[in-house]
Amino acid sequence: MSQEATTFPRQHYLREGWDLRSWLLTTDHKRIGFLYLVSITVMFALGSFYAALVRWNLLVPDGSLLSAEAYNKAFTAHGVIMVFFFLIPSIPATLGNFLIPLMIGARDLAFPKINLLSWYIYVIGAALTLYALLAGGLDTGWTFYTPYSTVFAQSNVELAAVGIFIAGFSSILTGLNFIVTIHKMRAPGLTWFRMPLFVWAHYATSIIQVLGTPVVAITILLVALERIFHFGFFDPNRGGDPILFQHLFWFYSHPAVYIMILPSMGVVSEIITCFSRKRIFGYGFIAMSSLAIAAIGFLVWAHHMFVTGMAVYSAMVFSALTYLVAVPSAIKTFNWTATLYRGSVKWDTPMIYVFCFIGLFLIGGLTGLFLGNLGTDIHLTDTYFVVAHFHYIMVGGAIMGYLGGLHFWWPKITGRKYIEAWGKVSSLLIFVGFNLTFFPQFVLGYLGMPRRYYVYPDEFQVLNVLSTAGATILGLGYLFPFSYLTHSIFRGEPAGENPWGAKGLEWATQSPPLTHNFETVPVVTEEAYDYASAPKEAVRV
Amino acid sequence: MSETAAGAGSGHAALQHHFVDLEQQKEASALGMWVFIAQEVLFFGGLFAAYAVYRHQYPDAFAAGSHHLSWKIGFFNTLVLIGSSFTMAMAVYSAATGRAKRVVTLLLATILLGGVFLGVKYFEYGEKIRPCFGDGSHAGCLVPGERFDASALHLEGDPGGPAQIFFSLYFGMTGLHALHMIVGIPIIAVIAGMAWRGRFSPEYYTPVEIVGLYWHFVDIIWIFLFPLLYLVGAH
Repeated sequence: MSQEATTFPRQHYLREGWDLRSWLLTTDHKRIGFLYLVSITVMFALGSFYAALVRWNLLVPDGSLLSAEAYNKAFTAHGVIMVFFFLIPSIPATLGNFLIPLMIGARDLAFPKINLLSWYIYVIGAALTLYALLAGGLDTGWTFYTPYSTVFAQSNVELAAVGIFIAGFSSILTGLNFIVTIHKMRAPGLTWFRMPLFVWAHYATSIIQVLGTPVVAITILLVALERIFHFGFFDPNRGGDPILFQHLFWFYSHPAVYIMILPSMGVVSEIITCFSRKRIFGYGFIAMSSLAIAAIGFLVWAHHMFVTGMAVYSAMVFSALTYLVAVPSAIKTFNWTATLYRGSVKWDTPMIYVFCFIGLFLIGGLTGLFLGNLGTDIHLTDTYFVVAHFHYIMVGGAIMGYLGGLHFWWPKITGRKYIEAWGKVSSLLIFVGFNLTFFPQFVLGYLGMPRRYYVYPDEFQVLNVLSTAGATILGLGYLFPFSYLTHSIFRGEPAGENPWGAKGLEWATQSPPLTHNFETVPVVTEEAYDYASAPKEAVRV
Repeated sequence: MSETAAGAGSGHAALQHHFVDLEQQKEASALGMWVFIAQEVLFFGGLFAAYAVYRHQYPDAFAAGSHHLSWKIGFFNTLVLIGSSFTMAMAVYSAATGRAKRVVTLLLATILLGGVFLGVKYFEYGEKIRPCFGDGSHAGCLVPGERFDASALHLEGDPGGPAQIFFSLYFGMTGLHALHMIVGIPIIAVIAGMAWRGRFSPEYYTPVEIVGLYWHFVDIIWIFLFPLLYLVGAH
């Protein structure tokens, strides 16, 4: 990079004003991405706090920290906050919001005001739900299973349900905005098969957000209506069927897992090709496998319900379809690995997170097959094996991808570099902490420890102590990026427009970008990831 | 996508800064509304799925509940709503051909017909809800819950549980539909106001077009609700 890269640009989107008004009334996708980043970080901290309560309570077998009731409320709060208010919006609402217009050479998303509206809806939904969780609490688990949630639960079900219902529309509007933007706002020359894989991944994610979220919205609304107006949908006393709730709930909530993981896969595709200094292997396959995951993901929901007494033939079909999802996931993993082959691999922080992602996603994905299998699932249902499995996907997969992406694009977002050594140390801490937390849970689950109990038999204590120790390390690990990334905003060196020597339109504009992203609308003349013509070594300024 | 800076309508007052030209802006808005409608289909889809499950499970209770709804009133409302779709379609056509005064008239007619529909709905709801209040017997109360009066439905040996599910679906589905109309009417009013002030021209009438899409969608939902709720077991 030349001289100009080391000086900080005088005009950029953050300079549009620092007063509250310039932030709360902005329609700039980059600033809205920042608003989301702050909000979901707050929610992540809260969700982590409840996770800490759960883990510390399980340090001893007799559950001496929390009462049974408080424990139920703690794990419910952890699940509700992390799923609906952190993981679902995590990458799409922050990095996706910030990067998609930049990556496709647009000045903004198609509907900037709706983008801002989605953030406000998110905040209102989060505020209502948090109020419900703090004032009285919620003890149904994040899954709201009926008839417990509709008939028996004495906690704040209605209010929490309404909060989640509202927040769902923030996710729908984000997805809608992305779909229209990707269809209609691409720069001249940017054909579909020249699009970055990050954009493909978000396109697939958006489809799930738009088609899945409304179903859980109406389902949660029905739970609230059943409590308030005594509708009988899920009430067995009146011929209603509680299992219908599970079908409707998982119709969204299984694809929701792909809302969490697909954007991370997009991040991995971007980072791995950059730090291998090599064109990504199997571009078309990676792009199409995102769509395949979105499509097949809609057809597997009942694998959460194998023990409900559903018909054996439909269980077999759902089991087979579940195995089918492994195919596009494996296609991605193999293509990433093939990208590394004979590449000039560099171990910068984003790349370390990518390696974490691939390894942990592999374990999380393969243990998912244990649970999609009718025989083993009966043994493992509602044990800690399930908890370990989905945390390997959601924390080991989704959050590792999120952190990798955050580090990769941080110089673009803030125009500053973070301290690389701190990045490496904390990624290691997070990796060790994560595995120490969740690997013992596979063993615990296999041995038969059920989830959602606040006490357990003495013989499980050693593994639980290991898990709690790991969670403590993991928590500390998360504090580091928070500190050094915040520090870098004020003290970091100027990053220059392209510190990693990466390909893609977002790196062709200054860091931080101008409010309108590009001085002139870029014209795309080459395929994505043309690293063959780029220097072999990533350029460090 | 047009590469030329001077595409059709660039420099038009209604062109937002982040679009290249009006054509792109219009396509984006229309696609946005279509995606929103897809979302709505799934939103109602949860209720339609519940309807399918319970109608399959309790055909008799559904027929008895349906007989208790007046198909004549339902049919009248169907005609009203189809009429409002017609005036809406004509409003879009008039906007495309640049007749602003007619756009205003037709949008007001759409609002009026929507109001008639909601008025009839209010009357229908009142008939079922009113008996539930007050002391003494709640004969004729059709709101699900403790006061639900199953005797009016003449179901043999049935305490009325499944019939309550039918009426839960009735209130849930028609209520959600009515809510969509209540949201739509003020939006149409705002757009009628814009038409009155001469904001639209044959080059730019996107708001009329997309509110039209929305209104037609709300009508189509009713086209499904009418037979599913009012005509079960009709011969």
